[in-house]
Amino acid sequence: MAISERLSGNEAVSFAIKQINPDVVAAFPITPSTEIPQFISQYIANGEMTTVYVPVESEHSSMSACVGAQAAGARSMTATSSCGLAYMFEMLYIAASNRLPITMACVNRALSGPININNDHSDSMGARDAGWIQIYAENAQEAYDNFIQCVRIGEHKDVHLPVMACQDGFITSHAVERMELIETDKVKAFVGEYNPEKYLLNPDEILAVGTYDTPQYYMEHKKAQTEAMKNARQVIKDIAKEFETISGRKYDMIEEYRMEDAEYAMVIIGSSAGTAKEAIDELRTAGVKAGLIKVRVFRPFPLEEIAAALKGVKAVAIMDKTDSFSAAGGPLGAEVKAAIYGKVDGLVAANYIYGLGGRDVRVEHIKLVFDEIAELVKSGKQPETYKYLAIRE
Amino acid sequence: MAYNFKEVMNRPDRLASGHRMCAGCGAPIAVRAVLKAIKPEDHAVICSATCCLEVSTCMYPYTSWKDSFIHSAFENAGATICGVEAAHRALSAKGKVPENYKFIAFGGDGGTYDIGFQSLSGAMERNQDMVYVCYDNEAYMNTGIQRSSGTPKYADTTTSATGKNSAGKTQNRKDLTEVIAAHHVPYAAQTTFIGNLKDLYEKSEKAIYTPGAAFLNVLAPCPRGWRYEGEDIMEVCKMAVETCFWPLYEVENDVWKVNYEPKNKRPIEDFLKLQGRFKHLFKKGNEDLIAEIQRDVDHRWELLLKKAK
Ligand SMILES: Cc1ncc(C[n+]2csc(CCOP(=O)(O)OP(=O)(O)O)c2C)c(N)n1
Ligand code: SF4
Ligand SMILES: [Mg+2]
Repeated sequence: MAISERLSGNEAVSFAIKQINPDVVAAFPITPSTEIPQFISQYIANGEMTTVYVPVESEHSSMSACVGAQAAGARSMTATSSCGLAYMFEMLYIAASNRLPITMACVNRALSGPININNDHSDSMGARDAGWIQIYAENAQEAYDNFIQCVRIGEHKDVHLPVMACQDGFITSHAVERMELIETDKVKAFVGEYNPEKYLLNPDEILAVGTYDTPQYYMEHKKAQTEAMKNARQVIKDIAKEFETISGRKYDMIEEYRMEDAEYAMVIIGSSAGTAKEAIDELRTAGVKAGLIKVRVFRPFPLEEIAAALKGVKAVAIMDKTDSFSAAGGPLGAEVKAAIYGKVDGLVAANYIYGLGGRDVRVEHIKLVFDEIAELVKSGKQPETYKYLAIRE
Repeated sequence: MAYNFKEVMNRPDRLASGHRMCAGCGAPIAVRAVLKAIKPEDHAVICSATCCLEVSTCMYPYTSWKDSFIHSAFENAGATICGVEAAHRALSAKGKVPENYKFIAFGGDGGTYDIGFQSLSGAMERNQDMVYVCYDNEAYMNTGIQRSSGTPKYADTTTSATGKNSAGKTQNRKDLTEVIAAHHVPYAAQTTFIGNLKDLYEKSEKAIYTPGAAFLNVLAPCPRGWRYEGEDIMEVCKMAVETCFWPLYEVENDVWKVNYEPKNKRPIEDFLKLQGRFKHLFKKGNEDLIAEIQRDVDHRWELLLKKAK
């Protein structure tokens, strides 16, 4: 029997970590992910977990300790947000290129500056090219479900990559929701034991990790890394299917909501998908054929799924909860446009930057976006390259 | 156990020859000697910060290390080896790996005194069961002899250049061993290459077999950066100790002990004059600079003797 509970996103992920009982956790406090190491510390104090907790002096060291621990053969985890993730930047690349399947609970928060503790996606989007798998949750249930799947995905023999399980700071991490937890024995059976093929603490075979790479080999190593990221696509789907058998909940690279006959679509990531679904229901009642594509997996990028879902659509609004300051829009905007290039004809694609630094996103904002893209189709005008949503001029 | 030079030297090396460090480099001498203190039957995982040692001992697809080895970055050898040690605690508790593992991190002075200082301080404060060894050559050698906070005052480096308006590094050298001792770790010591390496060996053995965090600061000269002939390394080290520029001491459970007190403390010139990096100090008109260095060495030596009383 699944356990029905009322939990916040942070509580849900901490509970998943307790159920998995990893070998090592190294973490450092930063709002809004701080609760996760706090809960873990308490679980360990209570004798509910046997994890070795490394109370590091910074996020650079939490990721460094995870690199050391995972390379040594231990299942290792961390949690962070915003500046903490930025401080790990160098080590994120090292974790990925050493092919270490560390699992991170990333609780998304705006990057400084100006300093701001609220949600947007500038932190994890800034790390989008670091070589980590990135999976985003819409709510606490998904944060919990994704986290459990992430462990399996990263450790899969065709992947061996670190994984960020992202959820929106405060909106998801602190809001309490009704959700279902899976029994601990089922979670443990699902994730299984971590038995890496190569590890530092193997007394029968020495290993050198992080060696100096010359131009003769570096590119082949990068090629192997990109192949692993490609392999992750199928692995993510397979593990989602297996997860469905223990949870009854379906997951995929993207989630399509009322897209069957949609003429106007929105592509979005994270908690705002819930708001968008509400807006779409209202628009549908008013006769507007609106639909939503929620990007669950951002790395590897679901380019085929997105292009297929947008076939037959007249206009799409691509919503970025970060600006990449390219003066050409946000990262999701750029990648969705690249995904549809040459695949979907005559589609009007508008890119919006929204919800930065915790700016509220309401149903009426989403409806306004749908109005604007419908207007573009009607007038035959091209959209601005990108625009800020609901900004005070 | 009493030091038996022959027995120790006959143990197999845990760092293979054929690495790419310069002839006469102090770093591999330090590494070999430290690793000799691991009982041959014990396993080890070695970590190195980014530095001359790292780039010359693990060029893919080769490794000079006979134990498992990890390099992750420049500033985090302390945290990286702590991750390995934490993994060992978790996995040995489950019976998945043998108990008898030792964890040793090496870093240059740049990776230890400067950019890796925070990570090292964290590791020392957590008192994890590992040894951090700084092989101190008093500058960033790997990137071409730039000054560090371990570079002595008035040394000529490529970022504390000497010239018409400069007599080299203008700042004092940080006393890292003392800073680590202030973490109240079970063992912190300072040493270099003297005689048959007894001091270095004994301190390594204590550091490795003392439970908890231990720190060794090994003065490991670099012929390129210090500008002396490679074969003079033992003389340079000897003068560092005989002048009290680099005292041999250890701090064991907060008890300070000076391991060697020269009967006739040599003038600092005897150390300085062996090295091209101090050549400018011997030009006419710079006598007061040498006098200042002497005063500083004397002052630090007095302070150390007081601590060790
Ligand atoms: C974050 C970062 N900054 C700078 C460097 C460049 N770098 C590599 S090694 C090094 C100097 C190493 O000096 P030290 O630790 O004293 O070791 P040595 O080479 O002198 O033995 C520098 C500056 C780097 N690899 N990473
Ligand atoms: S430059 Fe100096 S420290 Fe580096 S390998 Fe050569 S002698 Fe050793
Ligand atoms: Mg150096």
